[in-house]
Amino acid sequence: MTDTTSSPQGESAGPARRPLTISPHLAKRYARERLFRTLGLASVATAGLILLVLVGSIVSKGYSAFWLHHVDLTIEFSVDELNPDGGPIEMETLQKANYLGLVRDALKREFPDAASDRRERRKLYGLVSPNADIMLRNMVLNDPSLVGTTQTVSFKMSDDMDTFAKGFIDRDLPESDRRVTDAEIKWHDHFEAEGRVHVAFNIDFFTKGDSREPEEAGIYGALIGSILTLTVTLLVSFPVGVMAAVYLEEFAPKNRFTDLIEVNINNLAAVPSIVFGLLGLAVFLNFFGLPRSAPLAGGLVLALMTLPTIIIASRSALKAVPPSIREAALGLGASPLQVVTHHVLPLAMPGILTGTIIGMAQALGETAPLLMIGMVAFIVDVPQGFTDPATVLPVQVYIWADSPERAFVEKTSAAIMVLLGFLVLMNAIAVLLRKRFERRW
Amino acid sequence: MTFSFGKVVAIAALGVVAMTAQAEARDQIRIVGSSTVFPFATVVAENFGKTTGFKTPVIESTGSGGGLKLFCQGVGTEHPDMTNASRRIKKSEVELCAENGVTDITEIKIGFDGIVLANSKSSDTFKLSRAQIFLALAKEVPVDGKLVANPYTNWSQIDASLPDTEIEVLGPPPTSGTRDAFVELVMEEGAEEIPFLKDLKKSDKNKFKQVFGSMREDGKFIEAGENDNLIVQKLEANPSALGIFGFSFLDQNADKVHGSVIEGNSPTFDAIAGGSYPVSRSLYFYIKNAHVGVIPGMKEYVAEFTSEKAAGQEGYLTDKGLIPLPTADLESYRSAGENLTNLSL
Repeated sequence: MTDTTSSPQGESAGPARRPLTISPHLAKRYARERLFRTLGLASVATAGLILLVLVGSIVSKGYSAFWLHHVDLTIEFSVDELNPDGGPIEMETLQKANYLGLVRDALKREFPDAASDRRERRKLYGLVSPNADIMLRNMVLNDPSLVGTTQTVSFKMSDDMDTFAKGFIDRDLPESDRRVTDAEIKWHDHFEAEGRVHVAFNIDFFTKGDSREPEEAGIYGALIGSILTLTVTLLVSFPVGVMAAVYLEEFAPKNRFTDLIEVNINNLAAVPSIVFGLLGLAVFLNFFGLPRSAPLAGGLVLALMTLPTIIIASRSALKAVPPSIREAALGLGASPLQVVTHHVLPLAMPGILTGTIIGMAQALGETAPLLMIGMVAFIVDVPQGFTDPATVLPVQVYIWADSPERAFVEKTSAAIMVLLGFLVLMNAIAVLLRKRFERRW
Repeated sequence: MTFSFGKVVAIAALGVVAMTAQAEARDQIRIVGSSTVFPFATVVAENFGKTTGFKTPVIESTGSGGGLKLFCQGVGTEHPDMTNASRRIKKSEVELCAENGVTDITEIKIGFDGIVLANSKSSDTFKLSRAQIFLALAKEVPVDGKLVANPYTNWSQIDASLPDTEIEVLGPPPTSGTRDAFVELVMEEGAEEIPFLKDLKKSDKNKFKQVFGSMREDGKFIEAGENDNLIVQKLEANPSALGIFGFSFLDQNADKVHGSVIEGNSPTFDAIAGGSYPVSRSLYFYIKNAHVGVIPGMKEYVAEFTSEKAAGQEGYLTDKGLIPLPTADLESYRSAGENLTNLSL
């Protein structure tokens, strides 16, 4: 016996006393153990490597979406253009003024040669984002004293120029093979040489809704949509799921009927999510008349989908509470309801919360059931409430991935990063809650 | 007890919400329909929302057929106001609409979309005829006066002028409007150029339909899903493969892929606009006239879509890859939109 232990005495006396017949067998056992450990380590390493490749490819494609190139233009806020009728300047005139003309004039002044050819002129106007005029209008409306002055204003570059400035378009390719023409490269180099091109954090990505112009598109609308939808899901599925689990686990008689319910719940957990979407379309939209594309309807559909997960997780958490706790409480005169609410539920809460958050995380990533109820849509306005049209983060990823413009590739990856960040946050909350409530006995 | 109580609460809450939701009038245009028109309609919607005081319309990408089905469900704020389509409305759909009380529909044609057969820039451009494409992709082809399962594995077996590489074509699934258009514009036309099938068309129309409508299922034609970006990526990785997708994706990826020459014409902007490139289709949207005046902004949206600065020869939609209508046609559709001219098939 002593020869296999690691105690110093055993080791010193060991080899001499070990029967010779055991050692080959022992070596084999050690070898097997080593092999098993290596295989285990290898599988962990493989999983880690795959995760690394996945995250690495997303980050390497998407990191560039967090900044944009801007170009400084000298804008003359000319009185003739902004207040053509003369007289005192009124807000209404400023509202309707031709701001696009200001931007175009500035570009024409910069490159007078390009302004002659129609096609080239269009390209020239396309150097800056199509929203440049809206930006100028807001500037002037905020500060009417700008009228009549000349200012240097920083504009977002259009998506193609931004992609070029980021170095994703090879300037050595023949002109027909790239999205930017020789003239555009020349213009870009002119600005670059004068130090008027600069990089800025893409704040709009986090504060705006969707857009068909990649440089204007933001994730905020989808993020709010996801939050609204998940709020509805949580408010419906958590109470219903926990109540169902408590009843089934603590109160329901064990008979064929409750067995049937249990089997059905387990089966529901495996039903493809698109089926819940069809159900939602038939019940919530067609029967109850909920508005299409609304977080309310989406949240209810996702709640149906998450319910089985929550019920199953809650039941196993309740099952894990030792019977001695219940018996002790009953023995001290607590009613069955008091046993559950005072003792069993608090003890089971960490497990229930973990299950709920896993269910929520699943719901966060769903697009299929939302397709049926109209949440896979192009929505510019950021939703203000539960009945406004909204979309969710994974749908935004899907829509951007499907867009022809090249600059949406980086947006897609950036949206995935936001989605993953949201997921990590939710899981972190789950871990935190578990740590906070966990009790050992 | 607890379980049923929870359910009752949930259902009661639902009922209350449902009633309040229905009482609310809608002040935002809702559009459904084709995924091909989606990239164009969304740009118009965004510009419309930006430049007018109206809310930005909500646009869903449901496919042409799915969109028309939703559109024809009835009149009322719970139904969409317009639908986009990458093909013309069918007679059966007009009848379905009429059954549900949607009798006044205005048709607007917005432009053309070319369907291209493209491959990676690292290999040579293909020069194909529609008959050759049919022979490469149909499930059954005529050999020695008999229909047999497609025996061709390499392009050179179809015609000696084609390269000696394996046939491998990535295309859209049957649910896609692009697939419908491809079958109609390439497979059907190609089949008609083959004398044996031309005779078959005369003797057995249904069989003919089945022959040109069935793509081969032995791995030479691969359904690559609705995502055209994915097809472009796969073509880049696999230089011997061809892919089928819309012109706007070729336009955006000119550095990675090039379009095959079909019947002697390259898929360029001018060739599609001029009608010499044979594989192009018209894009439409349909207006539910009964909703005009009920949902604010519908007329203005139509005016924006048919305006010179959107769908004109130099409009912003051409930047997104739409092939514009001839000016006269655009004008006639613009006035149709203003007067809500009823659709006539």
